[in-house]
Amino acid sequence: MSGRATMVCLVLVLGGAAVMAALNLATPAASALHVPAYAVSLAGKYLCYAMLAVAVDLVWGFAGILSLGHAAFFALGGYAMGMYLMRQIGTRGVYGNAVLPDFMVFLNWKSLPWYWYGFDHPAFAVAMVLLVPGVLALVFGWLAFRSRVGGVYLSIITQALTYALLLAFFRNDMGFGGNNGLTDFKDMFSIPLHLDSTRDGLLLATAVLLAAELLVARHVVTSRFGKVLIAVRDSESRTRFLGYRPESYKLFVFVLSAVMAGVGGALYVPQVGIINPGEFAPANSIEAVIWVAVGGRGTLVGAVLGAVLVNLGKTFFTATLPDLWLFALGALFILVTLLLPGGLLGLGRRRPRAAPVTQAPEPAE
Amino acid sequence: MTLLRVLLLLLVLSPFVARAGDDPIADLAGNYDDIRHAVDALSVSGNARAEPVIAALQNGALMVAADRSLWIREGDAMLDARSGAPGSPNGPLKPVRLNNAVRRAIEAAMGNLTLFSADPARRLKAAQALFAQPDPAALPTLDRALAKESVAGVRRLLQQAQAAAVLAGADAPIPDRLAAIVVLRARGDLAASNLLAALAGQPPEVAAAAAEGVAAIARAQKIWALAQGVFYGISLGSVLLLAASGLAITFGVMGVINMAHGEMVMLGAYTTFVVQQAVGAWLPGLAAAGVLIAIPLAFIVSGAVGIAIERLLISFLYGRPLETLLATWGLSLGLQQAVRSLFGASNRDVSTPGWMSGAAQWGGVTITFNRLYIIIFAAFVLAALMAVLRATPLGLQMRAVTQNRRMAAAMGIRTPWIDALTFGLGSGVAGMAGVALSQIDNVSPNLGQGYIIDSFMVVVFGGVGNLWGTLVSALTLGIVNKFLEPVAGAVLGKIFVLVLLILFIQRKPRGLFPLKGRAVEA
Repeated sequence: MSGRATMVCLVLVLGGAAVMAALNLATPAASALHVPAYAVSLAGKYLCYAMLAVAVDLVWGFAGILSLGHAAFFALGGYAMGMYLMRQIGTRGVYGNAVLPDFMVFLNWKSLPWYWYGFDHPAFAVAMVLLVPGVLALVFGWLAFRSRVGGVYLSIITQALTYALLLAFFRNDMGFGGNNGLTDFKDMFSIPLHLDSTRDGLLLATAVLLAAELLVARHVVTSRFGKVLIAVRDSESRTRFLGYRPESYKLFVFVLSAVMAGVGGALYVPQVGIINPGEFAPANSIEAVIWVAVGGRGTLVGAVLGAVLVNLGKTFFTATLPDLWLFALGALFILVTLLLPGGLLGLGRRRPRAAPVTQAPEPAE
Repeated sequence: MTLLRVLLLLLVLSPFVARAGDDPIADLAGNYDDIRHAVDALSVSGNARAEPVIAALQNGALMVAADRSLWIREGDAMLDARSGAPGSPNGPLKPVRLNNAVRRAIEAAMGNLTLFSADPARRLKAAQALFAQPDPAALPTLDRALAKESVAGVRRLLQQAQAAAVLAGADAPIPDRLAAIVVLRARGDLAASNLLAALAGQPPEVAAAAAEGVAAIARAQKIWALAQGVFYGISLGSVLLLAASGLAITFGVMGVINMAHGEMVMLGAYTTFVVQQAVGAWLPGLAAAGVLIAIPLAFIVSGAVGIAIERLLISFLYGRPLETLLATWGLSLGLQQAVRSLFGASNRDVSTPGWMSGAAQWGGVTITFNRLYIIIFAAFVLAALMAVLRATPLGLQMRAVTQNRRMAAAMGIRTPWIDALTFGLGSGVAGMAGVALSQIDNVSPNLGQGYIIDSFMVVVFGGVGNLWGTLVSALTLGIVNKFLEPVAGAVLGKIFVLVLLILFIQRKPRGLFPLKGRAVEA
């Protein structure tokens, strides 16, 4: 988590995105250097996952909160953006209804539900991308941390939270497109989404926001606040006895992290072109945790590295050896936790520095 | 209606007709009118040959010879219609022909004949049919059937059919109708309620009695619906209990978060499938007992896998619960994919043995046998688990290790072995749960995934380390879920329960029945 590693990471993310975008735009399709549009979107998708991973690392690596429901915040941010994109379609939908999205016409809805109001304004939609995950995290975290629900109990109820949302969003009467989710987007901020230049722009925007997120997270954890946070992670009751209020620290970082995840989700939707309830699946949240574990918990930069590497592996395996992907992912979980507690970034470090990953070694009683 | 009137007349007259010396069977060789009358007469004659002859007539198997003798064709053989004895007709045969009037007469006759059949089950069916389509014209037949009926269940149904028939007609005296209303009210189901509700336009006292009957039935139905809901709730609760009781051992007693617990359940279900295939292939005589054979095998398979997991994976991660969670999640992915590669991704078909299928009616509550057996099985598993924990040396050592590991080790208990055996026990119980689930759920690689979150919720809600708490919480969650379902719908009900649980854990982070003492802060 040193400053140099962060710098290298920022340069790689921003530079890589810029090079990909430039090669996509400037070289002819036949050229060996040409980067196809799908690769640009794929890279954008990885960077969105990296934003989720940084958010997870912020709470897990620095506050000791293992959230198994962080993909819920990601998906909520995505739905907020998806609703805006749906309203942008306007009369170009299959049914040509100026107000109602296609699936509502299909379900014979007569008017727009109240919670869809305002999503035709981009500023409102962006506010919702930040607010919806943030408020959910605030309410949930306030309830959980105040009554000192911690450790695995918190993990289990965050999982229950995302599971409940998964079930809810699958329902057609919720008004979020049910099983199919939101898709068929046409343009964003009045720019057509299918253009290569839009994809390049989205990739660059994702890279810039990821860089900003990294810097914010780094600022938080290196500040005085971050020191207390780490104290809470390593010994919550001791911190409490020293006069701090661990629940306030945890709540702040939990909300911040949820908002970051939401932004990632919002950028994910236009690049992937669809958001559906599958994003709420508990498995997704757990996968995000493993990205962090692979890269190195509590390093922020490692989260980016882990997210990109694991997803590269996923893309490769699911395309060439689909049967082996789950084996590989499962083995990754086991090997990383057993043999690589410090993650990839922990490899270079001396053993004792990797220790914060484990709780204080107490006898299991 | 005219036809039925004629039929009615004939039914009333039939004893005289039969005594008059006419031979109805012989009349079947006559013209359509003769045949029709002969069928009517036969149906009430009490003649033992009536049913086979009329059935043959209906199937076009009744033949007439040139000498007007009647024969029933059965395959290649010819039976004498009058005696049923095989014989050889002289001369060519032609089938007795039917027209629509005759066909209707045959159908009515068959209905009446079954009402007088020697088999109570067939009589019951006929009475049910008559209740479903009340017909005042059938009253005399019903009266005669009632007079002869000796089986209580059939008798009751006949009385109900009679009551329905009385109310369907317009000319029964009022006291008879009131008595009929009482009979229907006692029946107390939706069909009876509908019949009573149709009486609104009748004379005031009848209408009032009927309305009161409808209200009484509605009240009774509500109570039965409640009872049915409780049964469904207990049934769901026992499924949850089965899935969670293994977890109550591994998570509750040992404090190990095993995300692969659902896969232990899944392995148990696949064991059932394999046992069923093996029994079907080599020991077809034992097919009905396949499920019973699978129970110990599933315990052994899942238990052995559990012990292997504990030794090879979890024992390296004690004291690091979050890492245990991640590693076992990875394991669950691997196990799912392994089963998918071995058995395929589609659902495997585990059949339900005959003694487990079917249902019994208890008042207004339908009790399906497979659900009932699962409830019994869950109770049995829980009792066995408690017995193991309390009354065996292994149980004693397990409790010692969970309460104070170092002290237990100092007393000479090999704690690593106890850890492995405890984990094996919990996993084995999960495997047995899989046998039960294979009877009611799809056996697929994802079987366990559907239960893992629910199981954790049950254990956390009940209080970690407390089997009674697990029992209470499983039944509570099951019943609450089933009662929310009709109000909110299945999915919304489930979401509601999850949200309630999340809120509950905030209030009581250690569940309904928290452990007391020093172990709490471990």
